[in-house]
Amino acid sequence: MPRTLRLGLKWIAAAAVALVLLYLVWTIYAAGQALVALACLVAFSAGVFVYVARGAYTWRYLFPGIAGMLVFVVFPLLYTVRIGFTNYSSRNLLSFERATRYLLEETAPGEGKRYSFTLHAEGNEFRLVFRAEQEEEEGAVGVEPAAEPAPVLVTPTLALLEAAPPSIVDAVPLGQGSFEPREPLPMKEVIRHRDVLSRIKVRFPDGTLGTMTGLREFAPVQPLYAKGPDGTLVNQKTGEVLRPDSETGFYLTPAGEQVRPGFKVDIGFGNYVRMVTDPEFRGPFIAIFLWTVVFAGLTVLFTLCVGTTLAVVLNWEAVRFRTVYRTLVFLPYAVPGFISILVFRGLFNQNFGEINTILEHLFGLKPAWFADPYLAKVMILVVNTWLGYPYIMVLCTGLIKAIPSEVYEASAIVGAGPLTNFFKITAPLIAKPLTPLLVSSFAFNFNNFVLIALLTGGRPDFLNTRVPAGTTDILVSYTYRIAFQDSGQQFGLAAAISTVIFFLVAILSTVNLRLTKANAPDAR
Amino acid sequence: MAIVTGKGHRWRVVASHVALVAFCALILFPLFMIVSISLRPGNFATGDIIPRDVSLEHWKLALGISYQAADGSLVEPPFPVLRWLWNSAKIAGLSALSIVVISTTAAYAFARMQFRFKNPILTSMLLLQMFPPVLALVAIFAIFEGIGTYVPALGVETHAGVVLAYTGGIALHIWTIRGYFQTIPVEIEECAKVDGASHFQAFRYVLLPMAVPILMVVFVLAFIGGIIEYPIASILLRQVDHLTLAVGSRYFLYEQKYLWGDFAAAAVLSGVPITVVFLLAQRWIVSGLTAGGVKG
Repeated sequence: MPRTLRLGLKWIAAAAVALVLLYLVWTIYAAGQALVALACLVAFSAGVFVYVARGAYTWRYLFPGIAGMLVFVVFPLLYTVRIGFTNYSSRNLLSFERATRYLLEETAPGEGKRYSFTLHAEGNEFRLVFRAEQEEEEGAVGVEPAAEPAPVLVTPTLALLEAAPPSIVDAVPLGQGSFEPREPLPMKEVIRHRDVLSRIKVRFPDGTLGTMTGLREFAPVQPLYAKGPDGTLVNQKTGEVLRPDSETGFYLTPAGEQVRPGFKVDIGFGNYVRMVTDPEFRGPFIAIFLWTVVFAGLTVLFTLCVGTTLAVVLNWEAVRFRTVYRTLVFLPYAVPGFISILVFRGLFNQNFGEINTILEHLFGLKPAWFADPYLAKVMILVVNTWLGYPYIMVLCTGLIKAIPSEVYEASAIVGAGPLTNFFKITAPLIAKPLTPLLVSSFAFNFNNFVLIALLTGGRPDFLNTRVPAGTTDILVSYTYRIAFQDSGQQFGLAAAISTVIFFLVAILSTVNLRLTKANAPDAR
Repeated sequence: MAIVTGKGHRWRVVASHVALVAFCALILFPLFMIVSISLRPGNFATGDIIPRDVSLEHWKLALGISYQAADGSLVEPPFPVLRWLWNSAKIAGLSALSIVVISTTAAYAFARMQFRFKNPILTSMLLLQMFPPVLALVAIFAIFEGIGTYVPALGVETHAGVVLAYTGGIALHIWTIRGYFQTIPVEIEECAKVDGASHFQAFRYVLLPMAVPILMVVFVLAFIGGIIEYPIASILLRQVDHLTLAVGSRYFLYEQKYLWGDFAAAAVLSGVPITVVFLLAQRWIVSGLTAGGVKG
């Protein structure tokens, strides 16, 4: 029966997919990420269930979209809030388990035989061949090989540069037949592979570990730390006991020194406390917050003025060629933002920019658009007005078109001029439906990262700050710099500031929703 | 037309024309300038708005061709502009394609099916639009680093990862397509079902062919969105050969290495096609704009 066959195929396919996904979950779990594995398990089971179960038919259409939004939009937002409570940064980058494993893999020179080595090619891969160095001095290596042949040890084949080798490689006595060390590769080749080789640890038959200590030699090493009782690490050379400190995210020596690398720990409201109390941080933070509000507010105001005026004029039927004008003034919106912003960056350049060339010819002025904080802010507002007014113009045009022409006819009979028309008729009628759109525009500019990042990059910077902060930075560009441009990469702090922005945006959205709902009865 | 006109009508019209022409000249000045700069020899201002000698050196570099400078030295292209353009087109094309597929099926469910939490989900999708991904960059970076340790092909510094990150931004597109589906009468699909079509067949063979125009619009919108996206691409891609145009372009204008003319040619080369596509699609975009979308 084709039907049962189809059904059988379907179940086999579903089972195969489920197996692959389960394997992925298992690898994640095996890597020690139990929570991540659990999350994946839930997500994958939901996916398989939706496409197998009969009752979940509707969700087959919804699943990819909803899952995509949950994973790449909602989850990052929540995860940002979570990171805001940690000390995640370039100093505390690893998880506790990985930091511990890193320390346990640290080595120090140890006791034991030293080996000279040669590199041999086999096909595309390589083997290392070791000969124990004689204990006698005067470098009499291999002078009398016949008397007492030093044991020759060999590693399995390694890809070296092609693929990173395992961190520990076993060297075994040279067996019969399988591999015959011919001419070793020249020193040039050893140097070419030096970086990879220096990362390999070789375990010799007597159980000692060796690392490369020279271009011809492997010397024994021993682990620097061993696990002590209740989570401590014991330094094998000095006997120092390191204790993990869950407050700072570092292992501490008895003297209280921090041992790198640090690990991620929860620091509660530490980042927020720092935002409020640390005076060095608070000063620029407040200045940046105020500038963000001023920037977004003035942008909305300016784009509103230019946009509404254009919409009114271009809606006036007595003006000919309106379509041509409309297309031309719409152009700033159609040009991709990243190109026009960079064009302005070049045009405003103090020495080579065309704007200063013109100003110098006309007035003998050469303003430092990028070095002076006030001029930089003026420039940002000019550019953003240029970028943003067509949007407002398009919105206003639509709203003005909806006003019945009889109203203007009546006002003309009374003898009202265009200004009266605008302030007594047009403005009041479009104000209400326009308000929520202006709030959206404010929210958008509040987070207008691309403009700041590409035009000024936040510069000129405040002086004497520990985290880089610019006078033209807005909150988002500030968090970006803290997280991705500062050498400290303070992800936790940046995430905490982002969380503050979430709350501000949430307030704006609530206001907006109220306004939209208030308008709804009028609009329909 | 039949409107009563006042006394000052005539000179007001003339004044409007003068003001509009002046405004257009001011607004379009940067765009004229950039074309002129791209044709001007050298990378530094010479003070002429219309170039005196036209030189194609910047265009050659933008197209990846090296040229012989006046002093006989060979000038190599500073950056792989065409490579960046291709990266951008590839990432934007693939993400637009997956966005169209995913949001079409979801929009179908929202337009035609009944299920619990339908309206709350729709509303929260609109609210989510207020929180741009730039606010969650730290988390996005951490997520893709995490993915990369298990599936290296989707991690940081891969184009597939960027495509995946863009695919999440589908909320507005679902709204657009859903609105279009709702204008198509349900009866057409019901007839198909009466004739024996399954749910999926009615969707695939009846509704989809009628929705091709809106799907094309959404594709164009998503494509342009992918081309101009800067924040996510800037944290996920670092190596020069992997960059998209939006991330790479700014490397032209470093204070230490100021390649103004080369940038101008690259900007015109990549900006013109995107602008033309946007103007062509503008009719549909404008109707979508008032639904609350803001272009970045």
